[in-house]
Amino acid sequence: MGHLFLSLIALSCLGAGLALLLEVADSYLGFYGQCHIDINSGEKEFTIQGGGSLLSTLMEQGIFIPSACGGRGSCGYCKVRIHGGGGPLLPTETPWLGPEEIEAQVRISCQVKVRGDMIIEIPPELFLIREFRSRVEGLRNLTHEIKELRLRLIESDAISFKPGQYVQFQVPEYEGCPESVYRAYSIASAAHESGSITLIVTRVPGGLATTYIHEVLKAGDEVAFSGPYGDFYLRDSDREIFLVATGSGLAPIMSILCQMAEERISRKTTLVFGARHRTDLFYLDEIEALKGKMPGLEAIFTLSRPEEEDQWEGERGRVTDVLERIIKEGANKEAYLCGNPAMVESCVELLTKKGIPEELIFYDKFA
Amino acid sequence: MELGLSAFVIFFAAIFTNNILLTNFLGMCSFLAVSREVKSSLGLGFAVIFVMTCTSALNYLVYYHLLVPLGLEHFRFIVFIIVIAAFVQLVEMVIERSSPVLYVILGIFLPLITVNCAILGVALFMIIRNYTFLQSVAYGAGGGIGWTLAIVAMGGIRQKMRGAPVPKSLEGPGITLIIAGLMALAFIGFTGMIQIQ
Repeated sequence: MGHLFLSLIALSCLGAGLALLLEVADSYLGFYGQCHIDINSGEKEFTIQGGGSLLSTLMEQGIFIPSACGGRGSCGYCKVRIHGGGGPLLPTETPWLGPEEIEAQVRISCQVKVRGDMIIEIPPELFLIREFRSRVEGLRNLTHEIKELRLRLIESDAISFKPGQYVQFQVPEYEGCPESVYRAYSIASAAHESGSITLIVTRVPGGLATTYIHEVLKAGDEVAFSGPYGDFYLRDSDREIFLVATGSGLAPIMSILCQMAEERISRKTTLVFGARHRTDLFYLDEIEALKGKMPGLEAIFTLSRPEEEDQWEGERGRVTDVLERIIKEGANKEAYLCGNPAMVESCVELLTKKGIPEELIFYDKFA
Repeated sequence: MELGLSAFVIFFAAIFTNNILLTNFLGMCSFLAVSREVKSSLGLGFAVIFVMTCTSALNYLVYYHLLVPLGLEHFRFIVFIIVIAAFVQLVEMVIERSSPVLYVILGIFLPLITVNCAILGVALFMIIRNYTFLQSVAYGAGGGIGWTLAIVAMGGIRQKMRGAPVPKSLEGPGITLIIAGLMALAFIGFTGMIQIQ
């Protein structure tokens, strides 16, 4: 009996000793104290508890740096210039930075930890990005995989954005998601409806945000998002426009089309929308309605794997096959692409080969 | 004097003739996973050398000054693992604070050193073979260096092989295991020099 107690006490003491050691080490090594952050030479200054990533620290202070991946270091959008206190450049940042950017002290803010006082510089328009609270007004299945989410801003707030831009949707903690995360979704609705926005969300198996939106979220729930972000929007010119989308990549394109219809922009426009099967196509009625308002709009739907029962008589093949056929040469044309990275890359390759200069090909990759 | 010499012999034996990876086949999982290139193998190798040397000393002290006097030798597995885990956690904290770059390079493999069986293997061998404190530390350091030598060699070979036409069915882990086998054969060549038991 005595031996049992002895062994219990000895092991407990050893465990407690090691726990104490780690606790002491953590309070010394993991504690960064108060850190002072200076943005754009005094335009905004604050003092916070160090230890978090620069991106999340700025977000807590209401400064939203664009980030599509939510701080995992896989999109490379959250660039800021750090003039002091950033520490050495990390290997997780180098894939996203060119030599000039490294020279200009540009860093990936989700990878940089606040370890002391910092002096940073951000584009002033980022101060315009803010957080919005909204209520779910409607949820609708567009296809088996894709849901449309309509959000009404609370307290007659208004968001001003350029069609094509995106917002960061905040996924709150829920069962299966231990901490709140942000994910980027393009706004699919028209910019003049400033009291609400529409997002299009494709289900990703095991995805934290898509599972939340597809399984958990109900009409009437309150959710938050920040925005608007991004430089994917319609440029003013008189060139012929090609809009290319696959899957939920149609979202920003729809917003652009709504703007063109609203502002009666009569540029010759071709929409190419690609999907696998007939059942993966959506917004067909909406696009039909837009065609009524826009005489210059032609819409081409293409299926890469039409099924027997689809009885599909439209285009077959990928969007690149359609583009290959309809574009003879690239003069006086511009293109807007949105969809998965592989589609965007192969389209960019094809369009530059056709002679459309790279600076007139705008795209938004859904990583 | 004899004691010191034998610690020296153990140190070399642990590197070459009794290489923990290539003769005992311990610590294989990170050996296969992180040996794609020399740079990352070297980083992990140094972390393993450090952890192995320090934990062999710590585990020696805990075993002979806590477990043996209290008659609790049968708890050695759990105690060794707790000590190793706590030590790796400590090393992780120190690296994160002092060198963010190294911390990012090692990534997930730093915490995974906790369950590198070569490290528990060293602790158990030193008990089974009744090493003294000095011998244990020498064995730990030698074991770590030997492990690093093997993984860096493997990293170099795999880097060279990147463009080689490996048969489809042997790509990846298949060819790596065959190389590991050939390396083990080559290391048998050293066994004539010294033997430790």
